[in-house]
Amino acid sequence: MFDMIGNIFKNLASKPATRQYPTVRRASFKDTRGHIGIDIDNCIFCGICSKKCPSNALTVDRNAKSWEIDPFKCIICNVCEEACPKKCIINYEDYNTSALIKEKRKSVQQPKPPKEEEQSGAAVAGKKAE
Amino acid sequence: MPKTVIPFGPQHPVLPEPLHLKLVMQDEKIIEAIPAIGYVHRGLEKLTELKEFTQNVYVVERICGICSCMHAMAYCQGIETLMNLQIPDRARFLRVIWAELHRIHSHLLWMGLLADSFGFESLFMQIWRNREKVMDIMEETAGSRVIISVNTIGGTRRDISKELLLKTKVILEEIREDMKRIEPVFLNDYTVKHRLVGIGTLTKEDAQRHCAVGPMARASGIAMDFRTTGYSAYGELEFEPIVRTDGDCYARTDVRMQEIYQSINLIEEAIGKLPAGEIAVPFKGNPTGEVISRVEQPRGEVLYYLRANGTKNLERMRVRTPTFANIPTLLQMLPGSELADVPVLILTIDPCISCTER
Repeated sequence: MFDMIGNIFKNLASKPATRQYPTVRRASFKDTRGHIGIDIDNCIFCGICSKKCPSNALTVDRNAKSWEIDPFKCIICNVCEEACPKKCIINYEDYNTSALIKEKRKSVQQPKPPKEEEQSGAAVAGKKAE
Repeated sequence: MPKTVIPFGPQHPVLPEPLHLKLVMQDEKIIEAIPAIGYVHRGLEKLTELKEFTQNVYVVERICGICSCMHAMAYCQGIETLMNLQIPDRARFLRVIWAELHRIHSHLLWMGLLADSFGFESLFMQIWRNREKVMDIMEETAGSRVIISVNTIGGTRRDISKELLLKTKVILEEIREDMKRIEPVFLNDYTVKHRLVGIGTLTKEDAQRHCAVGPMARASGIAMDFRTTGYSAYGELEFEPIVRTDGDCYARTDVRMQEIYQSINLIEEAIGKLPAGEIAVPFKGNPTGEVISRVEQPRGEVLYYLRANGTKNLERMRVRTPTFANIPTLLQMLPGSELADVPVLILTIDPCISCTER
């Protein structure tokens, strides 16, 4: 009986364990798998991420220089992030709705100034030689 | 009075997942229970034949949310046996830490659901508040709350830093203290005892005859815990399987309650003995041969059968999950019991239907 009274006062005095979610959000922990993005300028379009992806959510087109993710297929396992040789796939820590519309998210690399393009071409050749 | 058939499920407030039982009733007593499963079959076993064996780790994790870590652990152990991989010591201990965290969160979830099933909602909330702490540890150490994806073939994908290990220990101590306060409510409260003691008694002989596994078997007096065989790092940790002999719902609750403390002790011991070093070894080539890999999950023993033929794809994968093994015991317990006890009875086998149907 007295245990219960103690508990009642403790529960009255303590903060609630829950929070008002949409308005009050908990900060994400470090390295939480939230969602996947890409730094398209550094991508060499090797396609390793799309080969390793367990759910075939990624499409890489070397000729069109495009990287495409289907957010409805992605299971956020972050295998692509670990496999990327250039570390240009980025994990965002905040957890959001994967998408609001059923559309693939496509990133296309914009043509660079001539000097840099040569360098990225060399990087692709180097990757092939490996 | 003529017999009546009452359908129980697939949609029922007490069931988190769709299990259908046709209960043949005479008055309020159950004479026979006819099960029907197959509402959440997803064909994951077939899918594993289409994916590469490295990708399958993420497929088998999604067989079940509550014991995802152990599913991946069993699968990885099987492939590592086929490829003669010796995983680093640190990875073995890390796997134990995450697996035991999963066991704590699964048992806490179950206890909350049980409290809810006999209508004790505030107890359900108190327990789930504790469960949230475990979920936070998992998110902080592994990057995700439920499907933590830490196992990979050859070791683990993530390491736990020293600070996080210390923090984990502190939080586990908090959980232990909270559970010590909740335990008397579960085990000594008059109302709760009234709903649990003597309900659904499963004798040792029946448990053996129906091949019960996990806490079901241990509550009926069979000291069967696959962890005692010492897979992963369990061989280097000290623990005894928790056994009760009554075989009723109360004994099963007690077993799971004590297993939470046991898991906390195991994690603390594993953190103390955690060796330094690598967390994963690289591997080359594809697996060949066939293997049976077994792991103790929160609900009992899971069995993985893998057959590989030297290509990237497995020829066959078969999973025997603990709930599948425990459904016959449920059908043994149901006849003779009251209709009002059915929700509690079904919950005490800790049913995981998505595991059963894959």
